[in-house]
Amino acid sequence: MGLYKEAKSLISENIRDYGMYIALFVIILTFSFMTDGLFMSSRNISNLLDSAGYIAVLAVGMTLVIVIRHIDLSVGYVAGFLGAIAAILLTQAGVSIYITIPVILLLGIVVGLFNGFLVAQIGIPSFVATLAGMLIFRGALLQVTEKTGTIIIQDDRFNAIGNGYIPSLSQVNGLHLLSLIVGLIGILLYIYSEISTRRNKIKYEFEVVSKGIFVLKLTFISAIIAYLTWILAGYNGFSWTVMIMLLVVIVYHFLTTKTVLGRHVYAVGSNPEAAHLSGMNVKKITYMVFGSMGMLAALSGILFTARLQSATTTAGTLFELDAIAAAYVGGVSSAGGVGKVTGAIIGAIVMASLSNGMNLLGVGISYQYIIRGGVLAGAVIFDVMTRKKR
Amino acid sequence: MSEYILEMKQISKNFSGVKALSNVNFKVEKGEIHCLIGENGAGKSTLMKVLSGVYPYGSYEGDILYGGNVQQFNKISDSVKTGIVIIYQELALFPDLTVYENIFAGNEVKNGGIVDWNKTIAEAKKMLNKVKLDVNPDTLIKDLGVGKRQLVEIAKALSKDVKLLILDEPTAALNEDDSENLLELLRELKEQGITCIMISHKLKEVISIADKATVLRDGQTICTLDASKGEINEGTIIKNMVGRAIEDIYPKREKQAFGGKILELYNWSAYDPQLGRQVVKNVNLHVKKGEIVGIAGLMGSGRTELALSIFGNAKSYKVEGDLVIAGISSMLRHPSDAIKAGIAYVTEDRKGDGLFLIQDIKSNISAANLKGISSNGMINDNEEIKIADHYKKSLTIKASSLEQLVGNLSGGNQQKVSLGKWLFVGPKLLILDEPTRGIDVGAKFEIYTVMNELIKAGMSIIMISSELGEVLGMSDRVYVMAQGEIKGELLIEEANQENIMQLATQ
Repeated sequence: MGLYKEAKSLISENIRDYGMYIALFVIILTFSFMTDGLFMSSRNISNLLDSAGYIAVLAVGMTLVIVIRHIDLSVGYVAGFLGAIAAILLTQAGVSIYITIPVILLLGIVVGLFNGFLVAQIGIPSFVATLAGMLIFRGALLQVTEKTGTIIIQDDRFNAIGNGYIPSLSQVNGLHLLSLIVGLIGILLYIYSEISTRRNKIKYEFEVVSKGIFVLKLTFISAIIAYLTWILAGYNGFSWTVMIMLLVVIVYHFLTTKTVLGRHVYAVGSNPEAAHLSGMNVKKITYMVFGSMGMLAALSGILFTARLQSATTTAGTLFELDAIAAAYVGGVSSAGGVGKVTGAIIGAIVMASLSNGMNLLGVGISYQYIIRGGVLAGAVIFDVMTRKKR
Repeated sequence: MSEYILEMKQISKNFSGVKALSNVNFKVEKGEIHCLIGENGAGKSTLMKVLSGVYPYGSYEGDILYGGNVQQFNKISDSVKTGIVIIYQELALFPDLTVYENIFAGNEVKNGGIVDWNKTIAEAKKMLNKVKLDVNPDTLIKDLGVGKRQLVEIAKALSKDVKLLILDEPTAALNEDDSENLLELLRELKEQGITCIMISHKLKEVISIADKATVLRDGQTICTLDASKGEINEGTIIKNMVGRAIEDIYPKREKQAFGGKILELYNWSAYDPQLGRQVVKNVNLHVKKGEIVGIAGLMGSGRTELALSIFGNAKSYKVEGDLVIAGISSMLRHPSDAIKAGIAYVTEDRKGDGLFLIQDIKSNISAANLKGISSNGMINDNEEIKIADHYKKSLTIKASSLEQLVGNLSGGNQQKVSLGKWLFVGPKLLILDEPTRGIDVGAKFEIYTVMNELIKAGMSIIMISSELGEVLGMSDRVYVMAQGEIKGELLIEEANQENIMQLATQ
């Protein structure tokens, strides 16, 4: 009856937005089934999310770069290079971690702004400008790691970023208490924001979905958060990597959906000429998007270096292409103007789930590449097909 | 008694419901120079596109008889095979290739699949001789002036064994000497038996060269004039071009007293570094509060460029002269400066640079004034919906919801969204560039009504329009532009279609 019909029409209208969630769900279900539940075990999920972290933050930045119709190929080696610089600062220069991290992030912004300068000011196509950057930073990474080879980091606080977990406070039935609290706060915040948005809409007499659907949606999302929290709390709880990922998503989601700046980004992406004639500063937006990309590349470098507890000569290899793939799986459009931050994270998790699940099943690396390539192509085909329908 | 090389019979063509051509008849005799004239949007270019196969057989109604046979062209190469070659106003040459490569581009001199460059160059020289162009075939196109490029285009047409040559405003970008050369060449080609159709806005040229002239208006054939009967003269042509009475499609408004000058331009010039020429020359004009000032002129007369140079110099021209807004001499360096100064510009090409087609109605309406729906940089979604809804109602935008993508709206509704976007900025001066192009009569009337309400509320409007009826029906005062200059200023009482057209075709 009514409820079912409304849900059905909502899904078919928003199939493009829900597509990747459905894909993720199918992937999880398939792997859980094939591995007898090993895939959804606490330990594996925790591992999977940690391994997705450094690509996920890149994918967020890359999504915005692609939204404004550009590309950044330099981010992989920028992450590798800045990770190595972080290692050098921490070990050879003996700089404190509390200074190292801000300095690395700042360096990332500077690199990003320079790319922005080449693209917006000089007018070099971003593909070429950042391809040059890719070569330069690959060389720079080799240069700084050439003498020492791999640089091992002893700083436990730094390594915790990639391997550690938030403190537990105390255990409840073997579950991680602070993680449970974080999950609960997440659910409460989500429900509060949804209800206040709905109230506001009703106050302005705008159309809202029926109460049944609304409650269904709240229960569904809350259940997912609760389930995920429960799984993670059963192992070591939320890792610092997951917390950083969540922070990046929340901040970027807010910036892109709720602020004037976010509107400008999407406007520039969907029609730069019209954006210019609407009084927006297209150059400034280009600078900011590349600057943010640089900062996230630095963050990715920190996450990866901390995870390996060392800086290697090959760190960052192919990160940029993994990030681009994640962004496309997450629904960004190369024609510009379309793409969500939340999509990028889901895209990164989809790609990480594929690797993880296939590793569990013992699928050979050759087939892994082929299957991931197929999923990427499939995601873009799905995107093109659903776009034609609207 | 000469025979017809071309007969187009009862040609009709629709664009998504809008009639571009209806039952057009057009006959060309072998060996004549036949001019096609009419206002912008009269259907001249559409007719030529039907003829050359740009619009394939089946997408229009009616028959094309060429050389006595009914033709069914599906693509341009079909018409080229039969000897019909069209040369567009924007030349289709490759600037970084040589003259000889260009002449035979797409029509290479081959020897078993391999290009014979020696023969190509020899053939190219012959063609260049025919058009009396004395350049080395090795020269790159980008090193030639516009006049010579035009001749290369004709040489290219000759290389395809052309029988019917169609030129779309060939002299629009040429100076007088080059134009005269070109016309002389056309006369010689005529001696050689090549038939020629020329679209032109310059009446002097038409009078000097045409054997026949067909006038189109509103997608219909009005008449065909014959030079041998002395029918081709300025008076007859202009009368037939404009001939329509101004119908009652313009809502009446009461005469109102104007306020002070809201915009003044003194010796205003703009140089486009990309085109490498002056696009606006020495313009002096003013707009008073509560006034609709029409800017008439033909396409390419510099009207849009003038608007862009006023609107924060949006295309980064090199501008000279004084811009005075409400009595204060101003420098506007970016569209955002212009918006702050109270100027809004509704662009001519709403799909190209006016709207965000992949975004919804509400995001489009708020795009130029996000400050108005935000505090501390944060958007208030509800305020946005409220404001979008206000404009949806007041401008009667027909859409299923405010979330509908603008790309899926009809032209008239898109134009209203564009208008709403700029009204939300709260401008003192609204520049409308072709406000009713490509939209239906009903939506036109609604937009005119809105314009009347706006000036009643104290706004001023500059209306750029190619439609003479619209200029005469809506303006309080009219400037006529041609070649980047203001050729005349007319009060509405003294303006009529004839004197505007006379100034515009100077």
